[in-house]
Amino acid sequence: MLSDNTMIGTNMRKVEGLAKSTGRAVYTDDITLPGMLHAKILRSPHPHARIVSIDTSKAEALSGVHAVITGRDMPITYGIIPWTPDEYPLCVDRVRYIGDGVAAVAAVDEDTALEAMKLIEVEYEELDAFLDPHLALEADGSTPYIHDARKEGWNGNITKIVNLEFGDVEGGLDGADVVVEGDYFFEGTTHTPIEPHCAIGQWDGVSKLTVWSATQVPHYLHRELARVLGVEQANVRVLQPLVGGAFGGKSEPFDLEFCVAKLSMVTGRPVKILYTREEVFYSHRGRHPFHMKYRTGATSDGMLTSVDAKILLDGGAYASFGLVTTYYSGQLLCAPYEMPAYRFDSTRVYTNKPACGPKRGHGSVQPRFAFEVQIDKLAEKTGLDPMEFRRRNFIGEHTRTVNELRVTSNGFLECLAAVEQASGWKEKFRAMPFGRGLGVAGSTYISGTNYPIYPNEMPQSAVQMQIDRSGRVAVFSGASEIGQGCDSVVAYIAAEELGVPLEWVRVLRGDTDFTPVDLGAYSSRVTFMLGNAAIDAATKLREQVQKAVGEAWDVPHPEVVLAAGEAMWSQDPSRRMPIAEAFNLGEAKFGTLGATGWYNTPKDVHGEYRGGTIGASPAYSFTAHVAEVEVDPDTGIVEVQKIWVAHDCGRALNPILVEGQMEGSAYMGFGEALMEEQIYKDADHGRAGLHNAPSLLDYRIPTTLDTPELEALIVESIDPEGPYGAKEAGEGPLHPSIPAIANAIYDAIGVRMDRLPFTAPNVWRSIEKAREAGTLGKPSAPVPTDRPSEAIPAD
Amino acid sequence: MATSIEIVRLKVNGDTREVGVPGHFTLLEALRYGMGLTGSKQGCDKGDCGACTVLVDGAPTLSCLTPVWEAEGRDVTTVEGLAGPDGPHPLQDEFDLHGAAQCGFCTPGILCSAAALLDENPSPERDDVQRALAGNLCRCTGYAKIYDAVLAAADRVRKSRSDNDVTDHARATPGASEPGAT
Repeated sequence: MLSDNTMIGTNMRKVEGLAKSTGRAVYTDDITLPGMLHAKILRSPHPHARIVSIDTSKAEALSGVHAVITGRDMPITYGIIPWTPDEYPLCVDRVRYIGDGVAAVAAVDEDTALEAMKLIEVEYEELDAFLDPHLALEADGSTPYIHDARKEGWNGNITKIVNLEFGDVEGGLDGADVVVEGDYFFEGTTHTPIEPHCAIGQWDGVSKLTVWSATQVPHYLHRELARVLGVEQANVRVLQPLVGGAFGGKSEPFDLEFCVAKLSMVTGRPVKILYTREEVFYSHRGRHPFHMKYRTGATSDGMLTSVDAKILLDGGAYASFGLVTTYYSGQLLCAPYEMPAYRFDSTRVYTNKPACGPKRGHGSVQPRFAFEVQIDKLAEKTGLDPMEFRRRNFIGEHTRTVNELRVTSNGFLECLAAVEQASGWKEKFRAMPFGRGLGVAGSTYISGTNYPIYPNEMPQSAVQMQIDRSGRVAVFSGASEIGQGCDSVVAYIAAEELGVPLEWVRVLRGDTDFTPVDLGAYSSRVTFMLGNAAIDAATKLREQVQKAVGEAWDVPHPEVVLAAGEAMWSQDPSRRMPIAEAFNLGEAKFGTLGATGWYNTPKDVHGEYRGGTIGASPAYSFTAHVAEVEVDPDTGIVEVQKIWVAHDCGRALNPILVEGQMEGSAYMGFGEALMEEQIYKDADHGRAGLHNAPSLLDYRIPTTLDTPELEALIVESIDPEGPYGAKEAGEGPLHPSIPAIANAIYDAIGVRMDRLPFTAPNVWRSIEKAREAGTLGKPSAPVPTDRPSEAIPAD
Repeated sequence: MATSIEIVRLKVNGDTREVGVPGHFTLLEALRYGMGLTGSKQGCDKGDCGACTVLVDGAPTLSCLTPVWEAEGRDVTTVEGLAGPDGPHPLQDEFDLHGAAQCGFCTPGILCSAAALLDENPSPERDDVQRALAGNLCRCTGYAKIYDAVLAAADRVRKSRSDNDVTDHARATPGASEPGAT
């Protein structure tokens, strides 16, 4: 079956590749409609305040202004997670962070809208703001909480508490030969896609609403627009143009989408909002700061016995995906290493800062950092090479984790072997001169969440395919192309299964008026779920064509091969016809050729306990990184020379796209490790709650001059349920970046960086502490082991 | 507030046109909203990201920081002007072949910076490409395949130049060797 693929597994162009490189690709802000107005959102200057009054009369009177709306015009709350609808499109009576929207103006041009904003008079009553999550947690109600209490007995600053325990955690720690305890802090970071959020709303004056948006989740947006604006869902149309990067920052409804819709309904004109770059920083929904404490036990020969975690999530002003994030803070730690006992106690609190949400790796990147450093510390205490420690604890394939998640294909050992080999680990670890070091880390990630965000039994992804007499194949896909290549993946599958050249496949996409539902580009679900849906549709059409040709040639239909623009008989390839002719035979026999394909997840892949479904997935990817660093002990400057990334993606449908995800993920993790900080001023350093650096100059993301050499090593474990064996590659490869770099810094100079980011001042301070304590210096090499690992990958 | 509209005469991608835009418009705004040339992108509108990079008299320029009247009398090239009637520029084609554009939003700016590099240095090394693109932020690719694509395009441009030399020579000299067989 594998060797029969003519296209899958080869390097191919993307269907929209040339459009992107010639400037023809259309993003939301490239769209202009006749009579279109421009709108701007007025935002709160206070981190926590009551809105006493808003007077929009002067703004409305300004020439060129068509409408001004406030929160009262859209008094229905929403939230991406159905259990926490805690946001209004525009605040109604309370603002909860600097940047929270309170009014919106639609005018003939941007300048007029900006002028009008200055004329809106808002009276605020400032409230005490909670900026420190510990203080938010300890609040006693003497000042107003950020939200109403979500549960009996909770203070109103708590979003979610998760306490899950599997096995005998304390017994496992008591019985361990070595226990490592550590406090870790992962700073908040944000997505910074190069395209700012943009949306256009168009009301037809009668009953139909159309919204264009740079969204990752057109289906969820479709539902929320209907509900909040009071329009029938069947009369709402959401179009998703190409998206200029998202990474989780565009995976829920945002204020601009509701505002353009409402303003269009009020003015009768199309209305566009384009976020400024500053607004992108304020809308955020990025990585939660995590305050973590880990206790991990192991035997003297390096077998894990027990893991205990206590985590405080700093959630920002709204829930966003926070209920799910709190579960992810623990659920995905239980592979690739076996842990006999595991407990995590995680609490997410609200704070008066921009809301945190899902950023590439959603809630599992932070614990993975802490845990992979814990493993490094345990390896040192047990005298083992960190690679060997990881091998010994390998969980295996086709098994369950301690928290009952089903693991199927697992190429983690191959990943470790690949980075060990490529980096020259055996010669270099603990052996390079002081100042230079190598670090290793591993991880796992889901190929899509097992369940949709709103409970239902319907397919999670679907496509429709249609064949023209010319041989042209059309694929109707509702999936979100955000740069990861999902439009191309369905085209590759259609071309592979139906035997047409890639250029004959058209992908018609991103329009709820005619594309079937795909839930969106989040949780790395698209290749797996959309891919399987595409195979389902293509297979139905392929079999019809095979049967028609088989009948014409009087041969069994499975022996009819469709490939490379032709149909041929496998037993005698001289029997052949052009593929269009084969399609026409199919159409003559069966009628007009079109098929719908879909995919839904298996349900028996997790435990029955509350929260057991979160972390569940039809398949898991596995990753290992080795990072090589050079640290200047006088300045604290860390230079990452190279990162080797080995990633088990199941099957690389197009190796170039998979490598691109691996390289991009490693780059993004590197940025978080070394330089990114979504932080806010305090009262002593400017205005409390004000974003410290809401620009791409001051919020550092790596340029070409900063980015290390990246080497992508694809591992293929051929998943039994993935499309052609494929699993995810979009988020998994990010996770080990940060701990591999932290572990490399330790190898280089003997200093543990347990807090992010590893900026020069932070590293320098740690170096000075180590110098004073006399611990600065290259750590000693592990004791060579005479017990070879039992878990060695078979040749 | 009345916005004063001015007529600006711009030569973009070889065409000279007059457009009426607010006097305070940047070159980026004039291109995108005055001329419908939406290939150049607005990523930050303050010169930090490079997505708006175009060529002005061949030099990579942040069009979001360039007042529109500064571009008058100059040759402006945008991503839409890199391809010719024979098809995409080798840079554009190699970007597609190498997967150098993921979301594609930084791509037009990067292509302009890269085109300027190849004009100045037909045989760049990898670190020449790094330096030339240091003002263009990409969030998707980690830059790795961008380098591959630019270096491959440089090879291709050099090769087609030497092919053309041989072809011209062959035309002039009957019986000379086949093009490409240098």
